[in-house]
Amino acid sequence: MSRLRLLSGPDLAAGSEALNAHVQRLGPLPAVGPGLFDSVERSGLTGRGGAAFPVARKWRAVSAAGGGGALIVNGAEGEPQSFKDRTLMSLRPHLVLDGALLAARAVRASSVVLYIGEEHRTAQVTMARAVAERPEHELRHGRVVLAPARYVAGESSAAVNLLNADIASPTTRPPSPHEGGGGRLPTLVQNVETLAQVALIARYGADWFRLAGRRGAAGTILMTVAGAVTSPGVVEVEAGISVREVLELAGGATQQVTAVLLGGYFGSWVDAASAWDLPLDASMLRERGLTLGCGVVGFLPVTSCGVCETARIMEYLASESSAQCGPCFFGLRALATTSGRIAQGIADPGDLARLERWSREVRGRGACHHPDGAAGLLQSALTAFATEFQSHPAHMGSQVA
Amino acid sequence: MSDQLLWYTTRGAGAVSLVLLTLVVVLGVLSSLRYQASGWPRFLTPGLHRNVALVTVAFTGLHVVAAVVDPFTSLGWVSALIPFSSYYRTFWLGLGTISAELVAAIVVTSLLRRFVGRTAWRAVHWVAYASWPLGVLHGVGTGTDAWSAWLLGLTIACVAVVGLATVYRFIAGASDPLAVPRADFRARAAKRAQS
Amino acid sequence: MSKQLAIDRIRCDGRGMCAELLPELISLDDWGYPMIASGWVPDQLSAQAERAVRSCPVLALALRSVPVPEDP
Repeated sequence: MSRLRLLSGPDLAAGSEALNAHVQRLGPLPAVGPGLFDSVERSGLTGRGGAAFPVARKWRAVSAAGGGGALIVNGAEGEPQSFKDRTLMSLRPHLVLDGALLAARAVRASSVVLYIGEEHRTAQVTMARAVAERPEHELRHGRVVLAPARYVAGESSAAVNLLNADIASPTTRPPSPHEGGGGRLPTLVQNVETLAQVALIARYGADWFRLAGRRGAAGTILMTVAGAVTSPGVVEVEAGISVREVLELAGGATQQVTAVLLGGYFGSWVDAASAWDLPLDASMLRERGLTLGCGVVGFLPVTSCGVCETARIMEYLASESSAQCGPCFFGLRALATTSGRIAQGIADPGDLARLERWSREVRGRGACHHPDGAAGLLQSALTAFATEFQSHPAHMGSQVA
Repeated sequence: MSDQLLWYTTRGAGAVSLVLLTLVVVLGVLSSLRYQASGWPRFLTPGLHRNVALVTVAFTGLHVVAAVVDPFTSLGWVSALIPFSSYYRTFWLGLGTISAELVAAIVVTSLLRRFVGRTAWRAVHWVAYASWPLGVLHGVGTGTDAWSAWLLGLTIACVAVVGLATVYRFIAGASDPLAVPRADFRARAAKRAQS
Repeated sequence: MSKQLAIDRIRCDGRGMCAELLPELISLDDWGYPMIASGWVPDQLSAQAERAVRSCPVLALALRSVPVPEDP
């Protein structure tokens, strides 16, 4: 497994790194001063939860709104294909906790909440054990909240809503969680990988952070490689690395690759030829109309069908709608049913046109980005698998996964 | 003559108020069922529901004023405002006072809806449902000629119509197509064990 | 000051009155939920927009006054 910074240190097979080993390797927790804000800002660190929002800007917004709210350490990892957050929490929990303390102190958060997926038992155990080792009072008085196993549970407003209203459903914005409002104090929601990066930036500085990275990108990122590869799983790579290079790190493809799913279920399908040289960095992909998302890259082999895969993903995303907004619930359900019909080879003549219209219409008409993500995935599939969508035979359920 | 006039006004305005309030209830049921037909767009139903409620306030006001001003009733303004404070048919008249005040409450909160907020408004609206049965009972219990044919017939017709509307409302079920899937999601997305 | 329509997507119940009263700017999708034209509400439609906002039984629609950014 490729490991550079976050995952460097003792052998990964040894499991989670204990506190004394962590301190011995990296030194004690650094103090928080104005220097920390500057380091984080100059590093250009962006969030690793999927939105890639500049971290320093978010911290400044929470601080400016007065602080005093909670810090939510977001390790919910709702994306089923993504394993990086669980892996990080299982192997380097103290990096995450260091980052959490630094962030909490920087924005003057009143409490620390560890948000971990309810089904991610290993991470729950390692994080709990790590917290028990720590002397810091924020962690002594912190708590663990289990995220329901729903796709939207990891979304930041859903996390805040679970704390305030006991339901992990997204809420209307504005105001966004870090702005507070509606009687709520500004809440900082930060992904576990982001916090782990902060823990290192606080020790080594912004310039060190920027030493890693290719083609002008900065830092390292954790990625989950999935699909037709020899060694699927989590790798740590330099930001800006190409898709081809990441495939090599995962041991190469097991079969010929026809398409790549970049960014998980809210990402985009890209045909293989166009994908190989794409740089894996959030802002560089955004310039190309693509997204890094939560860092999942999936390789579709020639024996699998892009239409069928897309229909399966749409069915999943439709069932994961929180059913709070009509356009999302009904729109995604229609997209799923129709793409399913096409996948089964029983499409009606107007189905393709309907898919295009509905995915266009659903964008921006939900309270959160769930419908946007799903529509974006479908639209990318309609482009990447255009010929397959036009004339899809029935596979009769005999396709090789 | 003028005494008779006041008495007729009281009775008449009261009867009209009952009919209008019945209409308000029926329009409310149709609104919740999102009634629509060709030539009858959806915005008409709740619009009428609101406007008829306003007219009901006018006629109820007239009914109350006429009753109080009438020298033959010994009702003072106090009995018009404080329920169960009249000597005449204390209980039945009191029901009417409550009914009128509930209608006033929902109309005022509706006009000031943006300031009152949705939760408070819904609470008042729910309580205001009681204004209709209270109004019917008030009419049956206080009218000196409550059992005269026309008023009895009118009351029975109003009760029948609201009865039908209520039954229909319950049969029709939830008008919100997302009610079931939303509840389903919430059941599986609720907070569970935490340390 | 220019005005913009804003909608609370969670409160919206697909009743459709807004689309009936402001068809120039609001249309309904296949399931009766509103699709609102982005951008400013033209002055001549301002009164109709206010009426559409008032007609919403769940107070999901709002008309926001937004200061127009000055030309540089």
